[in-house]
Amino acid sequence: MGMAIDRDDTQFHVLAVDDSLIDRKLIERLLKTSSFQVTAVDSGSKALEFLGLNNNDADDEEEYEQRDSNTESVSSDEDQDLGLGVNLIITDYCMPGMTGYDLLKKIKKSSSFKDIPVVIMSSENIPSRINRCLEDGAEEFFLKPVQLSDVNKLRPHLMKGRSKDIDSSHKTTSTRLITSGN
Amino acid sequence: MDRNRLHNQVASMRRSLFDQGYLDDQFIQLEELQDDTNPNFVQEVVTLFYNDSARLIQNIEQALNSSPIDFCKLDDYMHQFKGSSSSIGAKKVTNECTAFREYCNAENAEGCIRSFQQVKQEYAILKRKLEVYLQTVRQASQTA
Repeated sequence: MGMAIDRDDTQFHVLAVDDSLIDRKLIERLLKTSSFQVTAVDSGSKALEFLGLNNNDADDEEEYEQRDSNTESVSSDEDQDLGLGVNLIITDYCMPGMTGYDLLKKIKKSSSFKDIPVVIMSSENIPSRINRCLEDGAEEFFLKPVQLSDVNKLRPHLMKGRSKDIDSSHKTTSTRLITSGN
Repeated sequence: MDRNRLHNQVASMRRSLFDQGYLDDQFIQLEELQDDTNPNFVQEVVTLFYNDSARLIQNIEQALNSSPIDFCKLDDYMHQFKGSSSSIGAKKVTNECTAFREYCNAENAEGCIRSFQQVKQEYAILKRKLEVYLQTVRQASQTA
């Protein structure tokens, strides 16, 4: 990885999924502070809609560039040629209807989107849950509340996608054991 | 003179909120995310928290008043409450939510009701303190 990175060339677009309004606001701010372009939606199905994936069959998808008018606005002053391309998906685990894990599975089953890195967030430190997500393709698992230091871990996954070099795959287990309070 | 006094007041209130355990490091995260491009970020998040909490408190009241009590639903509401209080760094409120969920898991209605009183109390105290604190912060920033 030791590439000299010009910030302007690496404007990544992150799709954030969380049913909590507060957490959506937080993750959006964290991501924008880190110079990511952000689209925030409140459910897994809205996320799939935004990607242009039919909710029911991720295998047999209909792909069309579609901007879902229900999603919160993407900051449009960044003049990048990304279209609606999403470079990373960060999703809450516990959501009504489709969980973050369900969303992860659907993305990984999709031929068009399976290579998009997916990061899962959860307020609950459950090792079996964390392991299952990582084993089934999540790049990282963040414990909530998510911090700037967590968001800083995203860039390598995005650079990996962008770079033509294929490094040997390197999964990090970012489990932070919560000690209560502090 | 006024400005110094206000700034000292802000500093002392802030210190006290942390020392007495009302807020934890997560609140500092919020403050750090505030800047010239988002000058009201902390207040905006806190306001969302008040709105969210009011809704959840009402839902929990209703759930506790129904018969039979749906502990799953209760736990779900409290999970949300705990999540948002944790996201703003409301330490005492978060701890009370944790205690509540234990009673909930044990399906202990009495315990839930008592525990919920604690949650509401801590929430009310925090809300009052935060409102005063943030108002003082505003005043201090407006004073030339």
